[in-house]
Amino acid sequence: MATEKKKTSQVVKYNKWGYIFLIPFVVVYLIFQMIPLISTIYNSFFENYMSGLKQIGPTWVGLQNYITIFQNGDVPKYFGNTMVMWIAGFIPQIVLSLLLAAWFADTRLRVKASGFFKTVIYMPNLIMASAFAMLFFTLFSETGPINSLLIQMGMIDTPYKFLSHVVSARSLVAFMNCLMWFGNTTILLMAGMMGIDNALFEAAQVDGATSTQVFFRITLPLLRPILLFVMITSLIGGLQMFDVPQILTNGEGTPMRQSMTMIMYLNKHLFSKNYGMAGAMSVFLFIITGILSLIVFKFSTSESND
Amino acid sequence: MPNEEYNDVEGGLGIIARRVIAYIVLILLTFLCLFWFYLLFINSTRSHAELNRGFTLMPSKYLVQNFNNVIHGTQPIMTGMRNSFLVAALCAILSTYFSAMTAYAIHVYDFKAKKAIFTFILAVMMIPTQVTALGFIKLIGNLKLMNSFIPLIVPSIAAPATFYYMKQYMESALPHAIVEAARIDGSSEWRTFNTISLPIMKPAIAVQMIFTFVANWNNYFTPALVLSKDNMKTLPILIAQLRAADFLKFDMGQVYVTIALSIAPVIIVYLFLSRSIVGGVAVGSVKG
Repeated sequence: MATEKKKTSQVVKYNKWGYIFLIPFVVVYLIFQMIPLISTIYNSFFENYMSGLKQIGPTWVGLQNYITIFQNGDVPKYFGNTMVMWIAGFIPQIVLSLLLAAWFADTRLRVKASGFFKTVIYMPNLIMASAFAMLFFTLFSETGPINSLLIQMGMIDTPYKFLSHVVSARSLVAFMNCLMWFGNTTILLMAGMMGIDNALFEAAQVDGATSTQVFFRITLPLLRPILLFVMITSLIGGLQMFDVPQILTNGEGTPMRQSMTMIMYLNKHLFSKNYGMAGAMSVFLFIITGILSLIVFKFSTSESND
Repeated sequence: MPNEEYNDVEGGLGIIARRVIAYIVLILLTFLCLFWFYLLFINSTRSHAELNRGFTLMPSKYLVQNFNNVIHGTQPIMTGMRNSFLVAALCAILSTYFSAMTAYAIHVYDFKAKKAIFTFILAVMMIPTQVTALGFIKLIGNLKLMNSFIPLIVPSIAAPATFYYMKQYMESALPHAIVEAARIDGSSEWRTFNTISLPIMKPAIAVQMIFTFVANWNNYFTPALVLSKDNMKTLPILIAQLRAADFLKFDMGQVYVTIALSIAPVIIVYLFLSRSIVGGVAVGSVKG
């Protein structure tokens, strides 16, 4: 009895260290994440901006900022731009990644040098997005090498202004996003495919299934949870799209703000100290990403309970 | 008798044909990934006049001269590299050390708020930093920390994603028996964490250090809001400045060298550690 009691108090004595070790995280999180979040939400209800050198507000306006950013078409437009560029990059990205992951994981195909290929396709993910965008800007500029190449090959007569046309500007952003992320997605999907019981593939082989049938009837359905995870995390990442279009278009979202993303808009308001609008935009983004992360969260916790 | 080769021929494309297609696609993708960096390298070695003459795949001999021009030019690139390195390295150290500590608290101990805190950290893992940026810069302004590295470095102590990776790793690599054995030997909790648990966590710490370093080296959004003094700016801000400046006035050779300088450190590290980096990608995000 006595020893047991002593043991419990010992354990309790140890367990207080759980709280002690959590102090740095909790303190830093509260100061640099929680307070800013509350302050952002609070600021979204105030009219607060610079008109020339004159400070307007802060005045309590309730939901007026939210109504404004939706009614003047800013949020719908930039949300639309962001989604179009995300989808245009994500579709080729997921198709390529599925294909590559299936090949890498296929024991019969035995792709040689797969380590080399994985290293190469993952590399763009680590490159500084702003430097990569600057590189693409110079390469695709009017006097840049891509235009010179196209002219030397006789495909065009005058330099093509990639950033002056909606389709080419958005395609460049989508292409860069795809290039930067398909390696990452491939590795995630491959990890998922490795987790599938090999006996299923063997059984399918014995039954005479073709590799296409195996892919669509076995691999894809079993991969669905990971595909969902990849899609939603990529969507959350897509909503934060900033560096690439910001540097590529010098923050202007050329042409005619058709490649302007939501975070670029937020960034603009933060720099011009239009805090009311910036706050409303932030809260809108917070709600969307919150809902999406909740789905990911539900999904990953339910999986661990299995 | 169903044998492999028979089934392969039966099923539309034979294994050889599929292999050929796979290699062709992989080689095309390799080209697509490396082409831009090859162009970057080639153009870094060419003079402004040569660059204006058009496209080529052959390197020239102006690399050193372009590099010298960049160092002695108007853009403080070397200071930028130093700043970027300082911020990224400190973030990597703080983030991994304190994430390991947080994960240790959740993994080893049993206390009332444990489950609630763990759930909370997982729930906020996906929330992007951009949505709190407004409150963040107001706070930094009030604390008089604008143009300081502190607001870029200290917040990395609370990194939910790094914490999650560490927690996952601990589950497989740090059995409770080790901690208990240390207790019986009279080691204090603090000492057990620092001298027994941390060494076991070395592989996870190394992988996360690299990822945190790269993420902060590349980070543009937050530093751009906090840093406005020229001698404090990090590389991504200088790149943005280069883009915003009147482009045609620039020596293009210098522009390419500047881009190359900002991505070279990461590529060099990657060449040496690609295996563990690629290996680390899958572990943190999806449970196998």
